[in-house]
Amino acid sequence: MTAEQIRRVILDILGRIAPDEDLSNLNDEVAFRDQMELDSMDFLDIVMELRKMYRVQIPEEDYENLGTMSTTVTYLTPLLKDVVSPA
Amino acid sequence: MTNAEMYNSRIVITGVGLTSPIGDSLPELRANVLAGKSGVTEFETRYMPPVLAGVCHFDALKHQKRKEIRRGTRAGSIAVYCANEAVHDAGFDWPGVAKDRVGVYLGITEHGNVETENEIFEIGKFGYDTSVWSHHHNPRTVANNPAGEVTLSLGVTGPHLTVGAACAAGNAGFIQGLQMLRLGEVDMAIAGGVSESIHTFGIFASFRSQNALAHHEDPAKACRPFDNDRTGIVVAEGGAICTLERLPDALARGAKIYGEIVGHAMNSDATDFVLPDRNRQVQCIHLALKRAGLTPQDIDIVSSHATATEQGDIEESMALAEVFKDHPGVAINNTKSFIGHAMGAAGAIELLGNIPAFDDGIAHATINLDHLDPNVPLTQIVANEPRQLNSVDCILNNSFGMLGINSVLIVRKFSG
Repeated sequence: MTAEQIRRVILDILGRIAPDEDLSNLNDEVAFRDQMELDSMDFLDIVMELRKMYRVQIPEEDYENLGTMSTTVTYLTPLLKDVVSPA
Repeated sequence: MTNAEMYNSRIVITGVGLTSPIGDSLPELRANVLAGKSGVTEFETRYMPPVLAGVCHFDALKHQKRKEIRRGTRAGSIAVYCANEAVHDAGFDWPGVAKDRVGVYLGITEHGNVETENEIFEIGKFGYDTSVWSHHHNPRTVANNPAGEVTLSLGVTGPHLTVGAACAAGNAGFIQGLQMLRLGEVDMAIAGGVSESIHTFGIFASFRSQNALAHHEDPAKACRPFDNDRTGIVVAEGGAICTLERLPDALARGAKIYGEIVGHAMNSDATDFVLPDRNRQVQCIHLALKRAGLTPQDIDIVSSHATATEQGDIEESMALAEVFKDHPGVAINNTKSFIGHAMGAAGAIELLGNIPAFDDGIAHATINLDHLDPNVPLTQIVANEPRQLNSVDCILNNSFGMLGINSVLIVRKFSG
C-alpha cells in the first residue's frame, strides 16, 4: 500500500472507533488525542484493527509512533509495503 | 422502631423506565398488554435454526453516543436507556441531585455470555488466534457492567452493583434498592432488572437440550403459560428500572408516586438445580405478606412467574392455589404470555406492566390460555381477556429462578 492508501485505512479505523467524530478536517500533524476523544482503550483498537486486517504486530514500545496520522503512516509504510490496498 | 423511623422506612416508586418487546415506555407496554398484543417474533441466532424470541426495539441513541454503544454491552445499553428514562420520568432536577447519594442496583440472570460468545466467534475467523481477543472483553463482562454503565451515563458516584439472581433478579434488584434506602446507604436507588440473553445462542441451545424451548408456527402463540399445549420457554430481552425513594423525600419534592413497596421476601429451595419447590414458594409469599402486614385476601392481582414449562407452571400454580384458596376473586395473570421470559428483567417488567392497574382497575390477561392444564388447580387466572376489577390496591409479584431462588414483592397503591 502507498502512504495515501494507508492513511485511508487509518481514517476508516478511526471512523469505526469514534463514530461520533467528524474526521473530515483531521490534521495529520496534530496528535489524534488532541483533536478527538481517544482514550487508551480506543488507541488499542487501532492496534487491534491493524492486527486483524493485516496481521501486523505492533510492539508496545512502538506505540509512540502512532501519535499522529503523519507518524502513523510513516511507521506503517514499510510494514505494509507488500500489502495490496483493499480499495 | 419509632413512628418516625417507620415513616422514613416506607419506600416508594417515583419513576419508571423500561423497554420490552411490546413497548419502550410504561404507557406503551400497558396499552399493548391490554390489547393482547404479542411481542414474540422469529429471531436469528448463531449455529442453530432461527428461534422464537421477544426482541426490543428501543432507540439506544436516545441516551448514548454511538461510541458508547460500541464500547459497552447490550445489557449496559438496555440499562442506560431504562435508567435515564426512569430518572427523567421521576422529574428530578438531575444536575442538582447529590450523585454520591444515589445507588444503582440491577438484577441480572447472567452476564458476559453474549460478549464471550462474540469474541470466540470473532477469533474463530483468525484460526482461534487469541492475540485478536478484544481488550474490551473484561470491562464488558465484569458482572457489574450493566449497573456500571448506568453510573457512567448518569454521573452517579454512589454505590453500584448487579444482583445475580437468575430469573428472580428483577424483584431482587428492587429489594436491594429498598434495603439500601432503609439502611441509609443512599437517598435514591435506581433499581430493577435487565437482560440481553437473546443475543447468546447458548441460552436457546441449553433450553432446547433441556426440551424446554418453545416452538409454534405462529410466534404470537408460542408462549403459553398454564396452557396444556405449552411447548416451553420463549426467551426475551428487556429491562425495567425504577427510581426508589424514601416516602418523606418523595413527598418533599412533590414526586409522582406509582406505588409503595410494602412487602418483600426471598428464600431458597435447596432442593434442585432447575426444578422449583412449591413449599418454599408458599413460604416466600407468606413471608412477604407478613412483612407487609397483609393477608392473601388483601391482594387484588397476582403477577405470576410461570414460564410455560410443565413443572414450573404446575408447581407455582399449586403454591398459589394453597395461598389463595380462600380468595376466589384474586386476579392471577402472566406477562410472559405476551413477551416471553425476559430473564433478569422479567420480574421488573411484569410488576411494572401491572402497576397502572392502580389507576384503571384492570387486571391484564394471560394470553394463549386456550386449554388450561388440568394439573393447574387455579380458578382465578385472567384468561385471554383483561378483567375489570372493582379496585386494585395491592399487587403481588412472583419471580423465581434456577438453583431454587424465590422472590416476592408486594406493591400497594399509595394513598397517603
